[in-house]
Amino acid sequence: MLERRLSAMSVRRVMGTEVEYGISVQGQPTANPMLASTQVVNAWANADLRARRARWDFEEESPLRDARGFEMSRDTADSTLLTDEDLGLANVILTNGARLYVDHAHPEYSTPEVTGPRAAVLWDKAGELVMQRAAALASQMPKSPDILLYKNNVDNKGASYGAHENYLMDRSTPFGEIVQHLVPFFVTRQVVCGAGRVGRRQDGSESGFQISQRADYFEVEVGLETTLKRPIINTRDEPHADPAKHRRLHVIIGDANLAEVSTFLKLGSTSLVLRMIEDGALPLDLTLERPVRELRDVSYDSSLRHLLTLRDGRKMTAVQVQWEYLEHARKHVERTHGSDVDAETAEVLERWASVLDRLEADPMQLRGELDWVAKLSLLEQYRDRDGLSWDNAKLQLVDLQYADIRPAKGLYHRLVRLGRMQRLVDDDAVASAVTDPPADTRAYFRGRCLAQYPDRVAAASWDSVIFDLPGRESLQRIPTLDPVRGTREHVGGLLDACDTAEQLFAALTRQ
Amino acid sequence: MASDGGQQHRSSKRGGASQEEPETAVSEELTERKERLDEDVDAILDEIDDVLEENAEDFVRSFVQKGGQ
Repeated sequence: MLERRLSAMSVRRVMGTEVEYGISVQGQPTANPMLASTQVVNAWANADLRARRARWDFEEESPLRDARGFEMSRDTADSTLLTDEDLGLANVILTNGARLYVDHAHPEYSTPEVTGPRAAVLWDKAGELVMQRAAALASQMPKSPDILLYKNNVDNKGASYGAHENYLMDRSTPFGEIVQHLVPFFVTRQVVCGAGRVGRRQDGSESGFQISQRADYFEVEVGLETTLKRPIINTRDEPHADPAKHRRLHVIIGDANLAEVSTFLKLGSTSLVLRMIEDGALPLDLTLERPVRELRDVSYDSSLRHLLTLRDGRKMTAVQVQWEYLEHARKHVERTHGSDVDAETAEVLERWASVLDRLEADPMQLRGELDWVAKLSLLEQYRDRDGLSWDNAKLQLVDLQYADIRPAKGLYHRLVRLGRMQRLVDDDAVASAVTDPPADTRAYFRGRCLAQYPDRVAAASWDSVIFDLPGRESLQRIPTLDPVRGTREHVGGLLDACDTAEQLFAALTRQ
Repeated sequence: MASDGGQQHRSSKRGGASQEEPETAVSEELTERKERLDEDVDAILDEIDDVLEENAEDFVRSFVQKGGQ
């Protein structure tokens, strides 16, 4: 039943986010970021006894498999791509089904698998709270200086780190169609979900504001890399599900968002566009003449007047391109559901339209909803009051500190506290999502196993939970290849009934 | 390729706020509104001034990251 519900024209599908946080050690600009990141993750692991033992299971990881149908040789791959090698870096699985670990030189939080954009916002926000607490715990260690974390993507000196989205897709959809329709969508969706940046060019050598954190770091249209020559469409094909049925679309072009409306629309609108591609319901061709160049040009123009050139010669603003996708989504929903559409899909359509309307009328109306507008509004106020030019360090500080995740210091948090930012989830729900998994994906099984049998879970990953059971020499692996099995409906009663991991394992393997 | 099946090139706003300010708008009211906005802005900036890190230039310069994905 869930399968069917998830495959209707809806924003609902299996999805998730993964965010690498910026990290600095107060007063020690040369501190080793890998060490600091490890301290953050270990601080959480040590405080949460249940997270301590379980390791990440790399068996099903294949970061070099390409959606176009070939595999990169490990010898030619840049070492930063070899994400399946367990380097002994800190790596824990949380009872909410999420993964907290060190990726490259950043602490990273991957949400558990969820089935819609509201849940994605909730567990993404829970990740901020996890990072906040973990950094605070790490800073409490004897002789430890404060470790500061930032939910952003750039240092303005040339480095960028990612905030990725994942969407489970139907394997039968030709990859070429995904590329054709997603490129114009991704180039323009930043007007809705950009996080805003002070500084232009990768190293920030040119002054000025831009809509997106990441736009300057994309150099090709399609590719497998994620750390250099970044592509607008990433082809990493690691489904963490039955590869005959699914692909996992790994989206690397997004910014790390703090504003809940930005995150909600980022996931919601993308999911709708993917559904139209899967359904063959996008009879439009918005192919751009020069997508990589346009990505930057859109980002550099906060007036939103820049005209993108389509291959067929038409010229449209980014907002107009977004309207094309939205209107097709509305029509497709209307055609397939009439007014009988699920509430979350209706909310995405409504908010998306409302945001595009106001972006055309006066973007500043969205200062309480979208990250880039909230940030730009603050910056303009400073410029007005203090007569600052765009190269003033204070404006760069406002940009950076907007993303400081500490409630007392982060400017986004200040705006929330002043009642200036619209919320979609409340603090209690976020706090619960730090410990509780979503009920409607396999994350439920993973999270509850960790909560209930912490001493018996030797390792886990997206598609397995591995038990170390008394009296058995080898580890026992329970595969969880189907993302929508292992839900509360499916295994809640069983988990309630099994006091021990041995009982659970016996029950699961009896058939 | 680029056959768009009769897509119309969208040229202008749809349903956005009207840009026309009534000619007779009471200027007092506008001034008042502007003052209120200014106060508002001051209030936000005061709040933020309180928490902004002290030495902007040093702080921003020392934020150096290793690249990630």
